[in-house]
Amino acid sequence: MIPRNLRLTALLRAGCLAAALLAPLAGQAKEAAPLADDPVVEQRMIAISEDLRCLVCQNESLAGSHAELAEALRDEIRVQIRAGKSDKEISDYLVERYGDFVLYRPPLKAATLLLWFGPVALALVGLGALVRILRRRSREVPAATLSAAEADQADALLASLERQPQDSSDKRSS
Amino acid sequence: MNKFLWPLVGFLVLIGFLAAGLVIKGNRGEGGGQEILPSQFLNKPAPAFVLPLLHEPGKTFTPADMKGKVWLANFWGSWCPACKDEHPVLVEFAKQGVVPIVGVDFTLEKGAEETERERAKIWLEKLGNPYAVTVFDGRGKVSIDYGVYGAPETFLIDKEGVIRLKHVGPVTPEVIATKLMPAIRELSK
Repeated sequence: MIPRNLRLTALLRAGCLAAALLAPLAGQAKEAAPLADDPVVEQRMIAISEDLRCLVCQNESLAGSHAELAEALRDEIRVQIRAGKSDKEISDYLVERYGDFVLYRPPLKAATLLLWFGPVALALVGLGALVRILRRRSREVPAATLSAAEADQADALLASLERQPQDSSDKRSS
Repeated sequence: MNKFLWPLVGFLVLIGFLAAGLVIKGNRGEGGGQEILPSQFLNKPAPAFVLPLLHEPGKTFTPADMKGKVWLANFWGSWCPACKDEHPVLVEFAKQGVVPIVGVDFTLEKGAEETERERAKIWLEKLGNPYAVTVFDGRGKVSIDYGVYGAPETFLIDKEGVIRLKHVGPVTPEVIATKLMPAIRELSK
């Protein structure tokens, strides 16, 4: 924990120094505001926000959204990372405000049981039905025994089949 | 039942779910504000804040100032078209003097603070001012604290400072009649 903090402050210091050195240049290049003044914070922010839903464009992650709310929330995440909050604390902060809906991986609880296990249950039901159908079918096949007349007919057919190759060979030899 | 009907039944159930999804969720587009997300703060104390007044930045407002009153907190911004639809309704409602409405003008856009402040003032001058107090949340920090994810959003807060109701999307006469007024009457007792 301590070495990480040290590394972070070292990075921050380096960042500040760089910013101070580059300040005169910044006046000339207004558009080129640094995207990530601290790569470590940025990386964590992206990792956290990829698991979060943008509230405005609900099919996008917080990491990928251009909505203003998403930008503001990413800023908030950055601030909290710098304040030394853990990933869990940060996502809890957002859940407290926006509910489980912000999480792409909803927590396991009574209300989400169906969400988590519904597909598994559905697959099990399907598998069960399949097994039942297959079993019934395999039971039905041996049950199809032949009556006496049918057996006689089958025997006759088999007998004629056995004779046939002999006949053909006879014809060829003659 | 004929066993060949079961797949059909399953199919119809699936269609039912899809239809329900389409009908219930609806659009959160202009004018059609549907409550998709219930507020996390329902029946919890309204988050505290201190914000400057829109017109007098030197003065501040905090929810504690409203203690003992039933009031509405209405989050809006001059950048929000649905807020424009809602505005005349709020002006009319404010005239009835049922509850004080606190306007929270906010923007999340970076660097747009001062523009928003100016535009909001012009807005209120032109379209009428339904707010007992208008506060300015230039960085949108308070809106985030309240879990606001769009605008307008309106919170009904009781005498003890507890959030009792949240409405996402424009307040319409219908919303007032069917949703706000019954709750306000209940809370004002």
